[in-house]
Amino acid sequence: MLKIEDLHVEVDGKPILKGINLEVEAGQVHAIMGPNGSGKSTLAYVLAGRDGYEVTKGRVTYKGRDLLEMPPEQRAAEGVFLGFQYPVAIPGVSNIYFLKAALNAIRKHRGEAPLDAIDFMKLAKKKAALVQLPDELTKRSVNDGFSGGEKKRNEIFQMAMLEPSLAVLDETDSGLDIDALKVVAEGVNGLRAPDRAMLVITHYQRLLDYIVPDVVHVLIGGQIVRTGDKDLAKRLEKEGYSEVREASRL
Amino acid sequence: MSTATEQIDDILKKGYDAGFVTDIEQEYAPPGLSEEIVAFISKKKEEPDWLLQWRLKAYRRWLDMKEPTWAKVRYPKINYQDICYYAAPKSKENAPKSLDEVDPELLRTYEKLGIPLHEREILAGVAVDAVFDSVSVATTFREKLSEVGVIFMSFSEAVKEHPELIRKYLGSVVPVSDNFFAALNSAVFSDGSFVYIPKGVRCPMELSTYFRINAANTGQFERTLIVADEGSYVSYLEGCTAPMRDENQLHAAVVELVAHEDAQIKYSTVQNWYPGDENGKGGIFNFVTKRGLCEGARSKISWTQVETGSAITWKYPSCILKGDYSIGEFYSVALSNHRQQADTGTKMIHLGKNTKSTIISKGISAGHGQQTYRGGVKISRGAANARNYTQCDSLLIGDKCGAHTVPYVDVRNASSKLEHEATTSSIGEDQLFYCRQRGLSEEDAVSLIVNGFAKQVLKELPMEFAVEAQKLLGVSLEGAVG
Repeated sequence: MLKIEDLHVEVDGKPILKGINLEVEAGQVHAIMGPNGSGKSTLAYVLAGRDGYEVTKGRVTYKGRDLLEMPPEQRAAEGVFLGFQYPVAIPGVSNIYFLKAALNAIRKHRGEAPLDAIDFMKLAKKKAALVQLPDELTKRSVNDGFSGGEKKRNEIFQMAMLEPSLAVLDETDSGLDIDALKVVAEGVNGLRAPDRAMLVITHYQRLLDYIVPDVVHVLIGGQIVRTGDKDLAKRLEKEGYSEVREASRL
Repeated sequence: MSTATEQIDDILKKGYDAGFVTDIEQEYAPPGLSEEIVAFISKKKEEPDWLLQWRLKAYRRWLDMKEPTWAKVRYPKINYQDICYYAAPKSKENAPKSLDEVDPELLRTYEKLGIPLHEREILAGVAVDAVFDSVSVATTFREKLSEVGVIFMSFSEAVKEHPELIRKYLGSVVPVSDNFFAALNSAVFSDGSFVYIPKGVRCPMELSTYFRINAANTGQFERTLIVADEGSYVSYLEGCTAPMRDENQLHAAVVELVAHEDAQIKYSTVQNWYPGDENGKGGIFNFVTKRGLCEGARSKISWTQVETGSAITWKYPSCILKGDYSIGEFYSVALSNHRQQADTGTKMIHLGKNTKSTIISKGISAGHGQQTYRGGVKISRGAANARNYTQCDSLLIGDKCGAHTVPYVDVRNASSKLEHEATTSSIGEDQLFYCRQRGLSEEDAVSLIVNGFAKQVLKELPMEFAVEAQKLLGVSLEGAVG
């Protein structure tokens, strides 16, 4: 599904990612853990195609194609979804209208007919239930005045609607209390599928109690210094990043 | 060569075709403005003497007036003696015979706006059946309207058929000497629309200049007069939602509205005159005076405007709230892209007791566009318990444009209550990226964000208009980012 080879990325001339190698198979959930400033969000943005992140070396192959060639909207249409750490507000544009425009743009790319209002609403209702998103929130302006938890639930709702092949979830747990975390995690788990890969980026192990990953990577200083199974995350929780950092230096 | 010189050159080329006094068949009067030209226009239109005298009075006042310079717009000096003030309806002979002969760029825009093929022909001025069709449609409209006593006709016709109404109301809201451009319009106005809604009548349909303008080829100095008698209601739609072919012109229109007791006038404009190209070459200079008088108690006038065109916009649709409990509203979206400059806003003049006004202004600047909201709220001594709510929001796209807010407030009655809110925001890279990550193209994303920003105003437009206005905002912003 996704193959990252020796990826180097600079932001404003400053190297952030220094040779990432990563391979994610369909059906897998990989977690990327790391302290602040290690390059986790940079990796997420590069995969989604945000401006200002310059790839200086390496390649990213998605479904056998060069991902870095595609503009952001094409990546989205090809099934790449980024759950934002800080979802952006768009005042005056209703959540549901936004999603309908997005979904139909993606369907158009796939050569599918646009969903009409009735079919769309049916689908939205079903998916909103998955993350217990109140009806009222689907009608409000996109993320405008949403609480932190509402924003994150809204991200997962959008993911459920757009049914991506590769979901990159950037610190979906940040700013969530334990109840909200559970709801979001359940939503994500409900979307695990054999034809879908997920890259879950997080600072804390806590999220991984609920979204159990197949593989855990530790990202420090722009490099993956450790790769292991879910127990690696548990060890990190106990020992802290500094231990791993030290260990990786040796 | 400067824009104005080119503009004038264009007009001059037409103007030198023939002299004006002897040849009644000619299309253009020679350039320049004089008492003779004013008299010529009046004669061409077979006007009664009182109207000629009215025009001459305006002309004489205009001679003493100075072109206003307080607006935040920059344009080359206009030489009023180089402009041609009378152009007879264009002959259909030179009109394109089919859409194949029309500028493909224009057609592309029509297509983007989703205007049906048949209407595109009318808009592009195709001189075939389409025009006949529109005439017959207009006639059907008129018959239906006359059943309920509504008068809706061109200004020239109204002068002949309803001189008593024209004489009573013309200049009653915007006096001839009101301002430089209004005086100029009063002297030389070519045509326009007249609407009268009798007592207690709710006009059964939205009235629109759409068909009539195309049939009559109304000139650059239009005059609109709408009178809503006691307890009546009318919704009037002005303007074309597509670019006109006319380029490089000075437009100085006057619109007067009168609402009697318990009457309501809703006036909606979607203005999309040619804005000039990306470098600011060409485009319409739009200097418009629009004012409504809430004459009677509990009367209400609402202005809704979506301004996306013109190189220069100078326009302040206003309300004089004379009747007690009368209401004035102003909802505006103005967009300036490329080198466009807009100085627009409203004046709410509270005279009566318990009068209420609402101002919602949304300015969008992109490219090198400059946008100024200029608004005045005046509460006079007698306007006890007057209320005003003003909200001015500016949206910036890119870092080369500008947004300015100039609110004036003059309060002479302590029992009044005024609120003012203003915000400035920009379309962030983060918003665009968020939309694109969800699959929307950059242009669709800008259009979506802008429409969200303008929603409060767009929802005031009649349904059909709102849809076109939404698309128009998107089309007008093409190339604004990236």
